[in-house]
Formats: sequence, structure tokens, C-alpha cells
Amino acid sequence: MPTVEFEGKTYNVDEDGFIDDFNNWDETWMRYVKSVEGIEELTDEHKKVVEVLQEYYKKNGIAPMVRILSKVTGYKLKYIYELFPSGPGKGACKMAGLPKPTGCV
Amino acid sequence: MADTPKPEETAKIDHRAPLFEEGWMNKPAELKPGIYCYGSKPKNLEYVGMPYPKEWNPTDEDWQLPENWKEIIQEGFKDRLDRFRTLKLFMDICVRCGACADKCHFFIGSGDPKNMPVLRAELLRSVYRKNFTTGGKILGPFGGGRELTEEVLKEWWYYLYQCTECRRCSLFCPYGIDTAEVTILGRELTNLLGLNTDWIAAPVANCYRTGNHLGIQPHAYKDMLEFFTDEIEDITGIRMEQDFNRKGAEILFITPSGDVFADPGTYTAMGYMMLFHYLKSMGLDITWSTYASEGGNFGYFTSHEMAKRLNAKMYAEAKRLGVKWILGGECGHMWRVLNQYMDTFNGPADFLEEPVSPITGTKFENAKTTKMTHIVEFTADLIKHNKLKLDPSRNDHLKVTFHDSCNPARGMGFFEEPRYVIKNVCNHFYEMPPETIREQTFCCGSGAGLNAGEDMELRMRGGLPRANAVRYVHEKHGVNMLSCICAIDRAVFPDLMRYWVPEVDVTGVHEMVANALVFEGEKKRTTDLRGEPLPGMEDEEDV
Repeated sequence: MPTVEFEGKTYNVDEDGFIDDFNNWDETWMRYVKSVEGIEELTDEHKKVVEVLQEYYKKNGIAPMVRILSKVTGYKLKYIYELFPSGPGKGACKMAGLPKPTGCV
Repeated sequence: MADTPKPEETAKIDHRAPLFEEGWMNKPAELKPGIYCYGSKPKNLEYVGMPYPKEWNPTDEDWQLPENWKEIIQEGFKDRLDRFRTLKLFMDICVRCGACADKCHFFIGSGDPKNMPVLRAELLRSVYRKNFTTGGKILGPFGGGRELTEEVLKEWWYYLYQCTECRRCSLFCPYGIDTAEVTILGRELTNLLGLNTDWIAAPVANCYRTGNHLGIQPHAYKDMLEFFTDEIEDITGIRMEQDFNRKGAEILFITPSGDVFADPGTYTAMGYMMLFHYLKSMGLDITWSTYASEGGNFGYFTSHEMAKRLNAKMYAEAKRLGVKWILGGECGHMWRVLNQYMDTFNGPADFLEEPVSPITGTKFENAKTTKMTHIVEFTADLIKHNKLKLDPSRNDHLKVTFHDSCNPARGMGFFEEPRYVIKNVCNHFYEMPPETIREQTFCCGSGAGLNAGEDMELRMRGGLPRANAVRYVHEKHGVNMLSCICAIDRAVFPDLMRYWVPEVDVTGVHEMVANALVFEGEKKRTTDLRGEPLPGMEDEEDV
């Protein structure tokens, strides 16, 4: 399994750079994803998206559907793409330490 | 993840690659990023007890095969030749006429000769000849036989997971050889060595654990539908509550989990919910299940045994709830499994009754054995009997074409019902060229478990013929909406359209039905289900 080193920490990641286990997530990981996802500055909006994702994940074991993320944060999908250029799945979920969704999606 | 080339680059396709100069057997496959999916993760194989789980990457030199891997394949091949007479026949009777060669969307879109169905099957057939026929055993390569080596195994894997099992090739085969079945059984062989893709293995493990590919647990499934209930109320002013796991209901409804999670399928799910509410006062007694919460079956892309295991929950849940019959949502391969396999996999469902519409009294003859009816057939019957009040002008902003999903089309002959429904719920419908629809339909390019992110180049290449036909009706008639009755289609077409025909969006049929459905006491609709303003109605006050 590939690993990522950042600010003295080591994380196991999958082929697309998602963290292997949600329990290994920390603030350093957020800064790491910021650095690779082309995000200039971590704002409160980024943190809000990450918090909503994590809260939903802890309750449900999966990421929320995009429409729920959009409604709960109050951010339109277009704005989420502005915050996370790779989008809610590949960008925001990655920063929040959630796994990729699979199936007919 | 590999970068996907630009459309202009992808469109430069050479269909005359000089493969045959050096002999195709002598040229091993080169695994190209963007074309293959990641290898299965050990935790997902372990969860369902599949053999030889390991952490592996398809580009690794060492695939960590068990020492006796050749024996395993030999035995597995022999076993399948004995069990499936079709496989034996398909291995023996191909005369390599080439009628299938240019019918495959992956060959058309890639120009890779090994994507010609005849050659894809020949990859296995050559090993079959060497190991199971006298001619091949004696003459070796001169009899068309070749040794099974690690290189050959890798080539199998690479090309078996570049086939969407769509069966377009078999339509043109004068012998009726079903290359999809060769792929299906070939993939079974790779699974004997723990060589699945993770995009298939993960949904299989999820489905076994939670009942659906996405791993949605019961409380979350209910939450999602309740979210839609709120959304529907915002649009119509009516609260359309749904029932879950209700014992004694007459009908159980099962749909792919993609419909409750991924856009634009979520709007199709809202469409089902609105239809059910509409019919409630007319006598529809239906329940959703948070256990049988998946219509699709990625087990079918793994092995017959896995397909059977994952399919079992449908009848089990129908029995537990004591329903009379099952209604199924808009899905593709789900219907292949239901229509062709379910009865013998997990039937006979003698505890169920032959489906009868409680609204029209129509007996669905085609569902006599499986006891499971397609929602589009159900809705077409409602429209035919004039049971739905419809205002197709609410879909006037759409110029619609219809993609026949491979499995309902070629697997069931399901052509007229969706067209009948669409023509009744919208005013602007245009067919794509005849050689690209109905039984000749072109695949979305991402079926059979290929709808991952890492194989995007393959998907865009495989989807090119379909996209090309969409582009034709877009340019000729201004088509701006591609409709379909498959959850994988709904998930993959948005990417395909953005790539090849960005002016066209994607919808399920029941989203359009619900847009047009007129409810008594509803507030005036100013938007469609997506919240987009309806032209001509946006400035008016609600009544």
C-alpha cells in the first residue's frame, strides 16, 4: 500500500490518495490534501464541508449524497467545486478522510 | 489516477494497428493506465470468502499467484466446459468470419484489435485448444493453441475487464456466439485466483453486508428517502411519505441503490415516490425495503455463484414481508439477472402470485415465473388505461432522446414500453439512428462494473459510438436530454456527455413522468424536480 509523508507524519493511502482508515485522519492530513488539491487557503467554508461530511459519516458509515451535503452546508454544488476543484467526492471526501463511494455511482 | 486525454486526442483512432504482422499471440498485452481498474482489495474478497485475497496492483510484475495457479485455471475451465454447454459450443464453433469485429464499442473507440470480440474470445479459445482439443494438443500454435503463461493470464485479465458484456457482438454473429458469456466465464476464472477489480469487489462486499452496493445502512436509507420527501414537498406542496419494510403490503419495490444516492438517479427515485403516492388513493399498497435495498448485482460480474448469493435477498425479503409480488425499478443488468437467472437461482417463488396491477387489473404475463414486474411496464399500462393525469408541457424545455440500455434491450426485448411512456410525458422526442437503438443499441461503455474513475479513458472510448449518435440528434433536432432506464447509465452518461456532447444532460424516465404528473391539490409547479425553473411558469405566483 502506498504511503504519504507530510509534516513528519506518515499515512497509508489507496491508489487515488484516499486515506486507508478514517480513524487515522487528523488536521495534518487536511493540510496535506490542501497542498495536493490546488487549494490556496483553508477557509472556514472548507472546514464546514469537512465537518458535515465527517458528522454524516460517523452516523451512517458512508458519505452523504451530494444533494444532502449541499443542503446541510447551504453551498450550491458549483460553490463546492470552487472550494474543492476535484469536486465533493475526490476533493472534499478525500480531505475529510472518507472512502470513495462505489457501485452505480 | 491517469489523466484522461482530450476528446480531440481520443478521437484519433487507428483501426488498422499492425498487430498481425508479428502475430497476435507474440505480442503481450501492455497494461495502460486509464484503461484498467484497480485490483481488488483483500478486505473485500475476505468479506465474501473469495480465494487468494491480497494487496496487488495490476501493473505489478508479480501477481502473487498461488503455486498451482495453472492447475486451478485448468480445473476451473474444465468444470465450466462441463457445466455450461454454451461455453463448449462457443469455444468450438467460431469460424473467425469477423462479422462481430467492428460491432464492439470498445474496438470502435480504441482501435485495439484485441477488443474485437472475435479476438477477445480467441484469447481464451487458444488456451482451450491447447489444453482441451486433440488438434491443439498435437499441433500447438499451428492448430491455434497456446500455452497458458502468466503473460497470457494478464492479457486475459486486461481484456476481460474491457468488455461490458453488452452482447451487441452476438447480435451480428451468424452462429449466435455470445461473447459476453465468454467474458462472464473468463472473469469467473480470474476470480479463482483472487484477481477481481476493486470497483466490483467492493460493491459485492457492501451488498453482502448491508443489502446494497453503496453500503447504505437501514437508517441512512430511510433518511435519504425522507430527504426526497422534503424536496418533493417543496416542489408540490404535498407530503408524500413512503413505507419501509411494511409487512402485509401487496407489493415490494426494489431498485438500484444508485437511485437513492447518485445524481441524476436521485430524481428518478423521487419520480417513483411521487408515482406511488399518486396511486395510493387508487389502491396501490407498496413498500420499500431497507434490506432488499439493491436491484443491481455486481456479483454477476464476479461469478454465477456470487450473483445467486446477492440475488437471494429479493425473494427472501418478499417472503418475510408476505407481499404478493415485486415491482422493480429502472436498472440494466438487474433485469438481466432477474429475467434470465433469478427463477433458477433462487426460485421457484411459489409463495408469490402472478403480478396483477391493482389499478388496472392487468396481469403481467411476462412476469409469470419471476413474479417481478418492470416499473416502466407498470407505468405504461397505467397510461394506456388512462389512469394518470399528465401535463407533458411541463417537460417542454426538454428535447429528449432514449438510450436503450443493453440488458433490458437485448436481454428482454424491452423496446416499446419506455418509448410509450416518454411520448406520453413529453412533447419533444427524437430517436437516434436505427442502427444505434433497440436491439442494436450501443453500450454506455461503462457497464459490467467498469464505471470506475481510474479507467476513464476506456469509458470515454467505449462510450464514443453512443455519444456520437447523441451528438447527431443534438445537432439535427437540438436534443438536450438523454433518457435511459438504467442506474449505471445515469451514473456514467453525465461524464460521457460532458466529454463528447456537453450540451446534453441525462435523466431517468420516471423523473419525466413525475414532472408531468398532475396531483390534485398541488401547488402550481414553477420548477422541475431538479429545482430548475419551468419556462413560462417561473414568474407566476403560486396558487
